[in-house]
Amino acid sequence: MARAAGTRNLTMGTRIRLARRRWGIFFQERIEPIFLYGRRNPSLIVGLAMLGALLFFTVIGILVYGQTEPHLAGRAQQSRLDAYVSSGAPVQDKRLPPSWCTWCEDIVEREPDERPSLFQYPMGTDTQSRDLFATNLRGIPLTLGTGLIAGLLSVGIGTVTAFIAAYYRGVPDVLIRLLTDVGISIPGLLILIIIRIQLGTELVWWQLGAGLAAVGWVFSSRTVRSQVLVLREQPYVEIARQSGMSGLAIIFREMMPNLIPYITASFVGSVAGSILASIGLEALGLGDFSSPSLGMTVYWVIQFGAITLGMWWWWLFPLVFIVIIFVSLFLISAGLDEWSNPRLRRQA
Amino acid sequence: MVTTEQDARPDVASNADDYALRVEGLKVYYGTPRGLVKAVDDVSFNLRPGERFALVGESGSGKSTLAMAIMRLTREPGHIAGGHIYLGDRDLVEMEEKEIRSIRLSEMALVPQGAMNSLNPVMRVGDQIIDGIMDHVPPGEGTPNRTQLNTRIHDLLVRVGLDPTVSRLHPHELSGGMKQRVAMAIAISLNPHIIVADEPTSALDVVVQRQIMQTLGRLQEGLDAAVLLVGHDMGLVAQFADTIGVMYAGKLVEVGSVPDVFKDPKHPYTKLLIQSLPSFDISRQFVGIPGMQPALLNLPPGCAFNPRCPSVHERCFREVPEYLNLDVGRGVACHLFDEEAAN
Amino acid sequence: MVTRTNARRNPALNSRPNPVVAFVVAFFGNFIVQRFLLFLLTIWVAATVIFMLPRLTGQDPVKEKLLLEAQRGGSVQAGMNEMAKEYSARLGLDLPLHVQYVNYLSDLSRLQFGYSIAYFPRTVNEIIADSIIWSLGLMTVTLSLAFVLGTGAGALLGWSRSPGWLSYAFMPLLTLSAIPQYMLGLVLMFIFAIILNLLPFFGAYSPGNLPEWSLSFVLDMLKHAILPALSILFSAVGFWAIGMRGMMINTQGEDFMVQADAKGLNGARIFVRYAIRNALLPQVTGLAISFGTLLTGAVLVEVLFQYPGLGNTLFYAIRVSDFFQITGIVMTIIISLSLATMVIDLVYPLIDPRVKYSQN
Repeated sequence: MARAAGTRNLTMGTRIRLARRRWGIFFQERIEPIFLYGRRNPSLIVGLAMLGALLFFTVIGILVYGQTEPHLAGRAQQSRLDAYVSSGAPVQDKRLPPSWCTWCEDIVEREPDERPSLFQYPMGTDTQSRDLFATNLRGIPLTLGTGLIAGLLSVGIGTVTAFIAAYYRGVPDVLIRLLTDVGISIPGLLILIIIRIQLGTELVWWQLGAGLAAVGWVFSSRTVRSQVLVLREQPYVEIARQSGMSGLAIIFREMMPNLIPYITASFVGSVAGSILASIGLEALGLGDFSSPSLGMTVYWVIQFGAITLGMWWWWLFPLVFIVIIFVSLFLISAGLDEWSNPRLRRQA
Repeated sequence: MVTTEQDARPDVASNADDYALRVEGLKVYYGTPRGLVKAVDDVSFNLRPGERFALVGESGSGKSTLAMAIMRLTREPGHIAGGHIYLGDRDLVEMEEKEIRSIRLSEMALVPQGAMNSLNPVMRVGDQIIDGIMDHVPPGEGTPNRTQLNTRIHDLLVRVGLDPTVSRLHPHELSGGMKQRVAMAIAISLNPHIIVADEPTSALDVVVQRQIMQTLGRLQEGLDAAVLLVGHDMGLVAQFADTIGVMYAGKLVEVGSVPDVFKDPKHPYTKLLIQSLPSFDISRQFVGIPGMQPALLNLPPGCAFNPRCPSVHERCFREVPEYLNLDVGRGVACHLFDEEAAN
Repeated sequence: MVTRTNARRNPALNSRPNPVVAFVVAFFGNFIVQRFLLFLLTIWVAATVIFMLPRLTGQDPVKEKLLLEAQRGGSVQAGMNEMAKEYSARLGLDLPLHVQYVNYLSDLSRLQFGYSIAYFPRTVNEIIADSIIWSLGLMTVTLSLAFVLGTGAGALLGWSRSPGWLSYAFMPLLTLSAIPQYMLGLVLMFIFAIILNLLPFFGAYSPGNLPEWSLSFVLDMLKHAILPALSILFSAVGFWAIGMRGMMINTQGEDFMVQADAKGLNGARIFVRYAIRNALLPQVTGLAISFGTLLTGAVLVEVLFQYPGLGNTLFYAIRVSDFFQITGIVMTIIISLSLATMVIDLVYPLIDPRVKYSQN
């Protein structure tokens, strides 16, 4: 309020100058450091930007595609987004390449009045005449969601077990260490195959994520535990302990700030690992058959022999999305590595 | 014990060619995102054959950077921005990487910081001594055979006061002091005439520090090599060196023989450094130097020591003092003295 | 405090340790023994999880599947009924749980995985024996080649004195490492088999060609192996290269690298004996950890190219819900993986002198 009162009587020029200066200070203190850090750590920025662009694309796509179409109102499929369900598009529109691909043979061969309008099927249709753009728009969040659930849970379980092991030492430490050693040498995917077969039911995306966390937490636990062991011997932790700080306070006030980079990196790593495993599981035919996740698309691609059919649009677009997801996650984790390990920074 | 008083003769070498090493106007700058850091700024000094020259200063004064630059080991983002380092009549700054490699170890060797893990953890000690020798076999000569090498390793380890069986051990099996002795054995393996010792005793305990310095002194006498010792402990350095160079914020502020500097320190910073030495005189209070060394990124205008200097005056805020030669091997960079000289 | 006074009162405890106790301590303190115990533990835990799961869920899809097959009738009906009986007798409800468990473990210890449901009366072991050769051939060659090539590429990429143009290889390698092997397989299949029509895209040899030791068959086999091998290779090369690059950068920050320079060693020696030698160590430990991920990726490549290895067999077993076969293949993969990681762990002290076999 005081500042507003103070500026009331100033001329326009002064106000602009003041605003510019205030903005300048803001820029210098808040924005510039980000750019400076970004220049030193380009992988983090590029990775985040790639992931952000993918999310932006998906959200915009869903908003546009999720519009209820007047002639479909009240039906089971109200919008084009629902068109991943079988017979979402007119039956004659099956196996169509992307509509903008006017030079594609499948379109050229058609009668002019049967050709789809330029943006009707931006990513083509599959053998069941499902709109693959809708499939991918729904698949990206499903796949990312599975990874997110798995990542959060594994890092959560991993961090807690790591702290239990490092804090109580003795028997709990030995047990948890054995468990992680064993867990790391058993490929989680194989155990998941058995679990999934024995359950006999299809797993929806979040159940799949939870399952992946159940076998993937050992990696986080190992990373965090080794770091906690290093920190535990640090002089400042020793001082905190001798000054009578409680165990929890030491963990959260003294150790946590130093662990954040490692926990974040481990989170990103397990998200990537879980997505990789989930796509693998789905491609093996162990996914949710009613869901259009990216991994299920891969499954259908293999099942229907999309490659031999020459339907490049069926697998190319999910492939691009998967690559974007993995490359961006990798860049982010590499960036986090540079953040927590200054030595790498020098050469970044 | 090593006595230094007799050796300290600043007027022995007056001809430029008689110097083992001449550093002229050396500049080592670091490019950082926030600007150029002048870690070593326009430093000149000479090293006579067989001289023990000690560089002292607080951490961050640029003394280690200077030592590494003399070995041409400056690493990115640092670079030598100007000046010359003459080894005889050859300028190391201009030299090709290949040439400088052949000079390292054979003509000038580095004894690394004691706190460093300077030995390759996966190689046996003996092999680490050998590979330096093998890579410096002159073109005409044949490579020495295994027995010759073994005798040399045996001899070198004994000279640095180690048991010859150490050659079969890996670095992690050695104590800090032993590792430093191995580093010295490597350094003297080709009889260099210049040894650059960059805080060789840091992170070692006091007793070991003393032993290491004594060994270094003995080796220096044996080789008659010039030693450039970098240290921050004035007391330890004074017992070893003939000449002292004091560095502050990237500049050499005072040079002189040890007795001269201790008896009659010129620069106010040197005075404070000497006063801050602990002594057995209990009645004297332990004094530190007030204030902190300024960050090299934004040095104060004028003399970099001006915020902490007890004899500061108006001129110190305006002009950077020039380095002034008072005598052969004696000089200071302070406005107190260039005024005197002008008067 | 208590133990110390006790020990003092009882000199026998101090001066003459029981030789049996000493032997037991030394035996279990031994690194090799410990590592072998971990190997056994891993397999035991995996086997137990697989055994307990159906019993925990309360469902028995195996029995359901068997009954379904039996009901369907036909030529295998007699066998199925027989098998359903055998299944009940061996694992069914008539025996107490612990007896079933012991039977199961004893079968496993003899590597007996029982009969296949889909291909009865063939045993799972026979089926595995048929397919494991193809997998072993494909995996050992590609994965070891990938390790060597990737590590080499990463070493050059991370070396500060490498020529500048090498850094352009970083992004492609990173992308390769980020693409799942089977996705890369899709692309390769499309380019080389469909568009260019250069290479076959399914199977391990041409249909109608029977496995024999002739030059034409070997060439045919190699031709079929190229695409699956490249899919695994490319992605794994990227993976190792990225890891090695990071380790090289880390290693070059070490003090001993400065000292190696100060010793005036020649560049090649510093590169090989100092930088690579040290950067390699985490790569080798990484080998043990990432084996599983790489292998499961390779399993999917087999599915994609219908390469008749373990992975493809597993895929078909999953499709027909052949539980014994699935369990058998999964256990085989787990055992071979654990074996491989154990070997790596046991070899590791040979290349890192800081790790000793006789740790306390």
